[in-house]
Amino acid sequence: MTIPAAWYLILAALLFGVGAFGVVTRRSALIMFMCIELMLNAVNLTFVTFARTMSDIGGQTTVFFVMVVAAAEVTVGLGIVVAVFRRRASTSVDELSELQG
Amino acid sequence: MLALAYAIPDVLVFASAAILILVGAVGVIAMKNPVHSALCLIMCLLGVALAFLAQEADFLAAAEIIVYAGAIVVLFLFVIMFLGVDKSQHPHVEPLIGQRWLAGVGVLVTVAGLITLMASSHWVSGVLSASTNGTALATGSDNITQLGDSVFTTYLLAFEATAGLLIIAVVGAVLLARRERPIDSDDVVEVIDVDVSAWDDLEDVDDVEDVQS
Amino acid sequence: MSHVAPLIIVFPLVGFLLVLVNGRSLSNRLVGAIATGVVGLSFVSSVVVFVLLLHDQSREVTVQLFTWISVDTLHVPAALLVDPLSITMCLFVTGISTLIHLYSTAYMDGEKDFRKFFLYLNLFVFSMLTLVLANNLVLTFVGWEGVGLCSYWLVSFYFDRDSAASAGKKAFIYNRIGDVGLLLAMFLLFLHTHTLTYLGIFSSTSLISPAIATLVVLALLLAATGKSAQIPLFNWLPDAMEGPTPVSALIHAATMVTAGVYLLVRMSPILALSSSGRMSIAIIGGVTAFVAATIATAQKDIKKVLAFSTVSQIGYMVLAVGVGAYGAAIFLMISHAFFKALLFLGSGSVIHSLGGEQDMRKMGGMAKWLPLTFPTFLIGWLTISGVPPFAGFWSKGDVLTNVFAHNKALWVLGVLTAILTAYYMTRLFILTFRGSERFREVTHQHDPHESPLVMTAPLVILAVLSVLGGLLDLPWAHGFSLTHFLSPTFGFVAPIPSQSTVLQTGLAAVDVAAVVIGLFAAFTIWRNTVESSTFERPFFEHVWRWDDAYDATLGRPLARAARVSNDVVEDRIIDAAVEGVGGSVRRSGEGIRKLQAGMVRQYALAMVLGVTVIVVYLVGRAR
Repeated sequence: MTIPAAWYLILAALLFGVGAFGVVTRRSALIMFMCIELMLNAVNLTFVTFARTMSDIGGQTTVFFVMVVAAAEVTVGLGIVVAVFRRRASTSVDELSELQG
Repeated sequence: MLALAYAIPDVLVFASAAILILVGAVGVIAMKNPVHSALCLIMCLLGVALAFLAQEADFLAAAEIIVYAGAIVVLFLFVIMFLGVDKSQHPHVEPLIGQRWLAGVGVLVTVAGLITLMASSHWVSGVLSASTNGTALATGSDNITQLGDSVFTTYLLAFEATAGLLIIAVVGAVLLARRERPIDSDDVVEVIDVDVSAWDDLEDVDDVEDVQS
Repeated sequence: MSHVAPLIIVFPLVGFLLVLVNGRSLSNRLVGAIATGVVGLSFVSSVVVFVLLLHDQSREVTVQLFTWISVDTLHVPAALLVDPLSITMCLFVTGISTLIHLYSTAYMDGEKDFRKFFLYLNLFVFSMLTLVLANNLVLTFVGWEGVGLCSYWLVSFYFDRDSAASAGKKAFIYNRIGDVGLLLAMFLLFLHTHTLTYLGIFSSTSLISPAIATLVVLALLLAATGKSAQIPLFNWLPDAMEGPTPVSALIHAATMVTAGVYLLVRMSPILALSSSGRMSIAIIGGVTAFVAATIATAQKDIKKVLAFSTVSQIGYMVLAVGVGAYGAAIFLMISHAFFKALLFLGSGSVIHSLGGEQDMRKMGGMAKWLPLTFPTFLIGWLTISGVPPFAGFWSKGDVLTNVFAHNKALWVLGVLTAILTAYYMTRLFILTFRGSERFREVTHQHDPHESPLVMTAPLVILAVLSVLGGLLDLPWAHGFSLTHFLSPTFGFVAPIPSQSTVLQTGLAAVDVAAVVIGLFAAFTIWRNTVESSTFERPFFEHVWRWDDAYDATLGRPLARAARVSNDVVEDRIIDAAVEGVGGSVRRSGEGIRKLQAGMVRQYALAMVLGVTVIVVYLVGRAR
């Protein structure tokens, strides 16, 4: 008997939680991006698990698209980080607070 | 208990994947040095790839390693190297009051809630695709073939849209990262330097130096 | 007729528009010629319409122009009502306006706003004719407001003088108070008769109860007191003398101030419904005539005397209306238009020759220097005093005879007023034209000069009219008199107790006696005197303290209320509420903006907590 879906789902939930905690607590924009990748992967894992459970290839297709979007996101995000770093010499998001009320 | 209920290889595979994922993830957020975080991210992604493999998603496992662990993490490392490793910030000092505490509580409650939901739900295998006209996950067929069929038929429009998205992202990244024509303060300072050296004889050099500083 | 009648009002409008559009490119002389010419053409049209009307058996022609307002049951056409009353008004309004326009071309020569003056004058004539010819109250109201507006512009013509500016405002505001009366009358009439055309209202008088009729008459009386300067709204007229003298002659003697009397006469079928309303009108008229006459005895400004005499004479007209002698009222209105225009233009000629001096104490002996103005003014003086056989004697006698038949007390008041009239006019005449020459200081030792021909010609014409005006309505020419001509217009004429010839002659003798008393008293007192504290009571000179009373009862309390509402209501209540709302929004914003700290991680935390809430909700629902 194969490993039940719930195990993988719980694993994905834990991964998501760790990623979310990282996004909220780490100040470096780079680390935040990595944490976002963790969260995306948690979602991916969920999709794949459900694709197997439901016997539907659609879940895996979605993961494929998520990867593409993640790649695009990282590309642009890191571009922004580089551009900001040129002006600020820092990757800390706490210093980017010009838009405060 | 586990050994009795499930095949030992399966349990081993799951356990290794889980350990890789969790240790890697915790590493990403706990490491002080971004380079180490990136390396931990690779470890975590390898675990995810293993979990994919264990669930018959061969192509995605490969793509996970090639695209994520390969390209994306390399891009991260490249940017880290490019900007210089920023060790100045102290990850253990939190300037925002209550941020870490609230985050911990929020995340814990969320994860606990999710686990409750996952564990308490009963997932019926193979019922959904028939009811939703999805493409069935045929156990015998090649995973890549199925995925290809799905992407190039059912999800063709989305696939083309992602192509456009990637182009836009690339162009955007180039525009963002391109250095402007430098009319930087450094250049101005150099010009003033030259002038000051020429004015050495003058009495009120101090003023010029004030401007310079 | 339907083709000619609109021309009466179209010509002045065309003149107004011509001058308005081309004003800058036309020379002053041309502007004067156009303005005078169009009014002259209007007069010619009036004469043509008059002749046509004489051959019209119905004596009542409605000329439809276009549909103006048509909403549900409210139908207001833009239409003219040509009947004896309106055409009589048209004849003397356009006739006298033509003369005054002609006079103004010389009088206003050299004024910097020459074109503007004729612009206003033409618009005024247009408004006045609209008022007179309209076949419904709404169109009349348009003209009513138009003359009020032009009056405002013309009174404050020299708007760079404070006194002129405030006199214009005073005239306008007093008129507005009267306008409320006209509006109320219109509302009441429409409410009960569902129509606003004169003929429609008159044919449904049965729908109006006596109480409503009294209300309507009182409202009309309020309107008339405003426009025709009667108590309690009379004291704008003397201030209106701030305008150029031709304006005083045109608006404040001959035409506009008669609008109130015209309105009352026009609404005579409604007046017929309310005897108490008529009584109020008569009392207002009689009292005004007397009060204004007393005030005129103590004025030093030549135009002020004439202004109060105007108020007094219009008081006579209103009195005549009140006793139902509409024909006498119109007769007096016409002859008054002749001699008052003559007097104003004559005084304008005097003022003109003295370079703008209006104080009678600085005149005297002008007879020698003004060979044309003097005799014409002499005729004007004799006419207004009521010396037979001039027009004033016949018209005033007509009024007094009718009053005697209805109310002896008011008749006594009227005779007293007649004595005062002869007295103050003689005083004015002596101070201006007789006695020693006191104007040298004003004219810098120069001799005064007679006015040019275009100014004296109207004087001569008006003098002739003043002499012959009595022929319009001689008591024994029943078939051919003005009253007979007008009588189809009056829905109701109060039955005049048949008076014997002896009685009529006796009353005429009383009138003559009153004139003689007035003349004699004035000659005795003023032959060698310029100022007299005995006969120029400050109380009269200051208009019975009327302005002070208004100031004390209305002006100051209102100003105080305005100050209170400014300082207390505005500051502490309205502003406090507005600023309180604004302040509370701002304070809450100050608090809330701290959430927008610009800290990305805080926003991320908010998202995480949001997810937490959703998950908790899902868990709760799964249970």
